[in-house]
Amino acid sequence: MSLLSVNNLSKTFRVYRSEWLRIACWFGFPFKSAEENWVLRNVTFEIFPGEAIGVVGQNGAGKSTLLKLITGTLRPTAGEVHVGGRIAAILELGMGFNPELTGRQNVFHAAGLMGFSVEETNNVMQDIQDFAEVGSYFDEPVRIYSSGMQMRVAFAVATAHRPEILIVDEALSVGDSYFQHKSFNRIKEFQEKGTTLLIVSHDRAAIQGLCDRAILLENGFIIKDGVPEEVFDYYNAIIAEKENTNIEVKKLNDGKAQTSSGTGEARVKEIGLYGADGNAVEVVNVGDFLELRIKVKVITEISSLVLGYGIKDRLGQVMYGTNTWHTKQVIIDPLEGAEYEFVIKFPANFGVGSYSVQTALVDRDTHLTANYEWIDLAFIFNVVNLDKTTFVGALWNEPNITIKEVSG
Amino acid sequence: MLYSIGIAKFSVIKTFLYVLVGVILGMLSGLWQYRYFVWSSIRNELISKFARSKFSGIWMIANPLAQVAIYALILSSVLAAKLPGIEHQYAYAIYLMAGLLAWTLFNDIVLRCLNLFVENGNLMKKMSFPRITLPVVAVGTCSVNNFLLLVSMFAVFALLGHQFSLAMLWLFPLTFLLVVFSVGIGLMLGILNVFIRDVGQVVPIVLQMGFWFTPIVYPLDIVPLRFREILDWNPLLPIVEAYQQVLVYGMSPSIEGLAKVSLVALFFMFCSLYLFRRASSEMVDVL
Repeated sequence: MSLLSVNNLSKTFRVYRSEWLRIACWFGFPFKSAEENWVLRNVTFEIFPGEAIGVVGQNGAGKSTLLKLITGTLRPTAGEVHVGGRIAAILELGMGFNPELTGRQNVFHAAGLMGFSVEETNNVMQDIQDFAEVGSYFDEPVRIYSSGMQMRVAFAVATAHRPEILIVDEALSVGDSYFQHKSFNRIKEFQEKGTTLLIVSHDRAAIQGLCDRAILLENGFIIKDGVPEEVFDYYNAIIAEKENTNIEVKKLNDGKAQTSSGTGEARVKEIGLYGADGNAVEVVNVGDFLELRIKVKVITEISSLVLGYGIKDRLGQVMYGTNTWHTKQVIIDPLEGAEYEFVIKFPANFGVGSYSVQTALVDRDTHLTANYEWIDLAFIFNVVNLDKTTFVGALWNEPNITIKEVSG
Repeated sequence: MLYSIGIAKFSVIKTFLYVLVGVILGMLSGLWQYRYFVWSSIRNELISKFARSKFSGIWMIANPLAQVAIYALILSSVLAAKLPGIEHQYAYAIYLMAGLLAWTLFNDIVLRCLNLFVENGNLMKKMSFPRITLPVVAVGTCSVNNFLLLVSMFAVFALLGHQFSLAMLWLFPLTFLLVVFSVGIGLMLGILNVFIRDVGQVVPIVLQMGFWFTPIVYPLDIVPLRFREILDWNPLLPIVEAYQQVLVYGMSPSIEGLAKVSLVALFFMFCSLYLFRRASSEMVDVL
C-alpha cells in the first residue's frame, strides 16, 4: 500500500476578465475564464512508507504548488491526492507566531494550529524545549529572540510529533550549522522510523544525503523520476541549457545514465585514468598516484577554453573539483580544430568505493556564461584498499596514533 | 404522475438537506478538532492587544467605559437631550447606549469578517487547517469585547440609577441572533473581498451610512413617515429596537420582528455557507 499517491494531478490558476464572472460561475453560469495558467499537468507518482523523495526543478516549475496540493492548502483542478497518514508540512517556519507572546505560549498556539490539544502539546513540551535550546528565553516574548532562535523553536514545534509524511520546503537551512546538523538528524531519525519524506531543495547535498529518489519538475510536468544523482545531473544540464544545446543521456554498461549537455564548441574526445606506470586503470589502490588524461578538441573558434573536472562519490557528492581558470591555465583564443591534452596528476586519497569523473568545458570559472560541453559520469573508477589500515569514510587521511600509559 | 414528480422533488430536497447537514457536520468536527487553536487565537489576540502595558486588565474595560461615559455625560447633561415618554434625566443616554451595544457588535463582526481571509492569506497558503476556525475566532474576540462593553454599561446604569429588570435576560438570545445575522453578512462580504478588493473599501462607507439609517441616536418616533418606509427595510431595525425595549424600558421585545430577522439571518448564513463552499477551492489561488 502506498502512503501517498498522486494521480493525474493538474492545477490551473484561472484568470477571468472580471472577477464577477468567476463568482457567477459558482452559481452555475457557464462563463469561460480569459486565461488559464497551468502550473501542474498530469503529475502522477506514488510514495511508499519510509521512502524519501526530493523534488527538484527551476523556479516556477511547480514544486511549491505540488507541495501545497499535497498538504491540502490548495485544491487540485483535476486529479487527486490520496494520503494515508498525518502530514506535517514545513512550508514556512514560524507561521502564526505572535511576537508579543512567549516561546512557550507560541508553541501551544502553533501546535493548536496543527490540530493538537493542550494535553498532547504538554506531553511533548519538554522535548520541544530541549530541542530548541533557547534556554531561559523560552519564557520570554518571541520579539526579543534572534531570528535563529525563533526558527529553532518553530522547527522544534513543527517536528514535535513524528508524522507519517513530512514535507519540507527549502527549510533545511535553519539557524547555525550546529542546529542544521541537529534538524537534519531529526529528519533522518523520522525516516528510519518509517516517515516518508518529501523535500524541495536546491541543495544537492541535502537531497542526495537524504533521498533515495528524486523527481524533476519542469513547466509543470514530471520530466524525470529516478535516482537523485541521475536526476540532478539532468537538472544541471537543463540549467546550463542555452540555445543550440542538446542534452544526451547515454546508458552506461553498469546501468547508470551519463548525461551530457552543451553548445558543442569544444568536446572531450577521450578520457582515461592511468597509473604511475602509465597503464590505463579502472581499479586503483588507496593512495595510488594517478593521472587523469583528457583530450579536448576545439570544434569552432572560441575566445577562451577552461577545463573543469570533479570527482564524485557513489551518491554524487563532489569529493574534489577545480578548473583551469582557478589554476590560471586558461587557453586564450584556441584555433579551430586544435586538440589539447590535459594531464591531471593526483593521489587517490579516497575511501573505498566507486567514484565518477565529471568534466566541463567552459569559458571562465562557471558554466553559466558558456557551456561548451558538460559530461556527468564521464569516467568511473573504483578505489580498493589493498595495503592500508582498515578505515571508513570518503577520505584517506592516514593518522599517526601514539598511545602512552599515563597512570597506574 | 404528479405523485412521482412530488417524490422526485422531495428526494432532491432530501439529498440537498443531506449535503447541507454533511457540510455543517464536517465544519463542526473540524472546529472541535481545532478547538484549542480557536481558544488560543482569541486569547492571544486579547493578550497581545494590551501586552507591554502595565494595567492591561484595566485598559480592556477603560476604553468602552470612557465611550459610554462620554455619551452619558455630554449628551444628557450638557445637551440635555430628553427621550419622549420617560422622565428620567439620563434616559436618552441609556437609550443611546442600548442601540450602541447592538450596533457595535454588528459593526465589529462585519468589519472583522470583511478582512478575515485577506489578512490571513499567508496562513491559509502555508498551513492546512479548517478555514471555518477563522470566522469563529473573529466572532469570539468581538463577543468578548462586546461583553466588556456590556459590563461597563451596566456599571454606568448602576451609577445613573437605572432600574435593572428580568427582561434584560433577553440579551442572551438577542446577542446570539445578532451574531448569526452579522456573521452571515460579514462572511459573505469577506469571501467577495478576496476576489474583488473594492468590497473592502465600500463596506465601511455603507456601514457608516447604515448607522444613521438605524434608530440609534434618534428615537424612531421622530422620523417622518415617508422615511419610515425606508427604515422598515433595514433588517437590523427589529434587533436594535429589541435591545432598546429590553435595556431602556425593561419590556419583552416584539417576537414578530425578531422572527423576521431570524429568517433574514438564516438566509444570509445559508448564502455565506454556500459561497464559502464554492469559493474555498479558488480562494487560496488568488490570495
